[in-house]
Amino acid sequence: MRGSNSFEPTAEQVAKLREKARFVRLETIRLIEIAKVGHYSSVFSAAEIFAALYYDVMTLRANEPAWPDRDRFLMGKGHAAVGLFPILADHGYIPRDVLDGYTRLGNPLGDHPDMRKVLGIDFSSGSIGHALSAGAGMAWGGRARGQRFTTFVMLGDGEMQEGQVWEAATFAAHHRLNRLVAIIDRNGFQLDGAVDEVMGVEPLGDKWRAFGWEVHEVDGHDLVALTALLRQVKADEARARPCCIVARTIKGKGVSYMETEPGWHLGYLAPEDAARAVAEIRAREI
Amino acid sequence: MSTATITSDQSWQYRALNANNPGLDFLSDALIELVEAGHPVIAGAADLQYSNGLNRFAKRFPDRYIQFGIAEQNMVTAAAGLATTGHMPFVATFASFLGLLCCEQIRMDVAYCAQPVRLIGHHTGISLGFYGTSHHATEDIATMRAIADLTVISPADGPQLQAAIRASVTWPEPIYFRIGRGRDPDVYAKGQGFTIGRAIEHMAGEELTIIACGQPLHPALEAARKLNAAGRSVGVIDMPTVKPLDREAVLKAAARSRVLMTAEEHNVLGGLGSAVAEVLADEGCGVRLVRHGIHDTYALIAPPTHLYAHYKLDAAGIEEVALATMARG
Repeated sequence: MRGSNSFEPTAEQVAKLREKARFVRLETIRLIEIAKVGHYSSVFSAAEIFAALYYDVMTLRANEPAWPDRDRFLMGKGHAAVGLFPILADHGYIPRDVLDGYTRLGNPLGDHPDMRKVLGIDFSSGSIGHALSAGAGMAWGGRARGQRFTTFVMLGDGEMQEGQVWEAATFAAHHRLNRLVAIIDRNGFQLDGAVDEVMGVEPLGDKWRAFGWEVHEVDGHDLVALTALLRQVKADEARARPCCIVARTIKGKGVSYMETEPGWHLGYLAPEDAARAVAEIRAREI
Repeated sequence: MSTATITSDQSWQYRALNANNPGLDFLSDALIELVEAGHPVIAGAADLQYSNGLNRFAKRFPDRYIQFGIAEQNMVTAAAGLATTGHMPFVATFASFLGLLCCEQIRMDVAYCAQPVRLIGHHTGISLGFYGTSHHATEDIATMRAIADLTVISPADGPQLQAAIRASVTWPEPIYFRIGRGRDPDVYAKGQGFTIGRAIEHMAGEELTIIACGQPLHPALEAARKLNAAGRSVGVIDMPTVKPLDREAVLKAAARSRVLMTAEEHNVLGGLGSAVAEVLADEGCGVRLVRHGIHDTYALIAPPTHLYAHYKLDAAGIEEVALATMARG
């Protein structure tokens, strides 16, 4: 695809997105330092997806988080919200001092996103398996109103074990919700271990195809391919079905000692380990 | 209806359910009225459109109707998503599924997300008779009442449901409506008003006040009329809004009557009786309360009217419980 793809980002655009993905990882470490526990590696696998969506693909309005025609973003894996909050602050939706009070008493920002408290969160989450249903409702609702926004729903791969995901998949295909895009962060790990050992979910692409979705697979850290694909599926006016992107990712991507140790799904880095992680993230080109 | 294989006009099939039971018209009528008044209603059902009568709405406004199939949890969450795009979703299924199977979706996606979704739990209580425990809902008031920012309304008949839906358009919170199977005798006339959160006093009594919601209201009124004709003094209050409860009405009844009794088609744990007991305890009223309903058991199998008689939720049964309550004082 690369080279001949008109959706491909320029080198400057990729450089900017790479910087934003780095920002997401660094801010995640900084914020978890406040909470003293958090989902580092769940964010790190999705950092490029966050960056591509919020700094390139999604149509948003600065300082108008509730603009009715904006593209929507929902997270089935709401525990990665700590990676999204800095982006929303960067977009001017969350005041800086609120971001810096992450998880402190009365602060609107916790481990999971809350749409009632945080401008820019399109739907609350935390109970895994709901988000695709909510996104499908938004896609149906927007289409009924003649709106043209795209609804992106990021799902965890462990989330594929939840039955409601497949209710939503059936519903979205039946109702031909062609502006609904599911992005599966296929990082391979969940709390209790490797997804394929805890409760296997493969063959993922075949499952979604069998449910009537258009399916794409991509390296979720390759900002060129990922951005091009997201731009392409958003622009596709001919597609008559929902679209699923299986993003192959690495849990903990960007910090070498997390990439080889799945236990960092949830944890805390003491200052010296956090400093090593920060140094590596700053130095490394993903 | 196809008559190719049917010779008797007594035969009927599921799709004729609504036509055979005009009591199911009220939900669709109410929603059609809202759409005609310009409200952005979307109705959804989960393979039960002939049971809740939404087939009529679907026929009238096909673009405003969503068939969700047998996937109730997806229906509830998707309704919340729909609401974020400016629609006013009404989604309906059996109360046993809505109030129990979808409890978490209602909490997380509807109430916690503060989306003005209207949930219609129909065929509640034991009104599905011999379909059995899977289809009975004797816990749905308890589950829904415990969810913050969720209003719970239990209308006694179709006209009251229609009035409550009409009144709900300006209500900011999501609402769980708990309704029967469309065969309860009407207490109210069509076109009556409804105020969410307000009890309706039907008669005042010094010996006893019965506070009822839903199906038992009609038999409670019948029982009270009979008792009063025999010289007793029994009051009846309809408490269609179980949450937020009309505390003033409870306190007024407690001040006036020697003893109180609640009547509900629900487990006596967690339902209307519990809500009334909470008010009495909070205020230290010291008035005895008898909670009448299903006493923490799974109901037997029988036709609904037989079950109402068995569980003393018909007029004779409520009269009997009322007499026993007054006798104990």
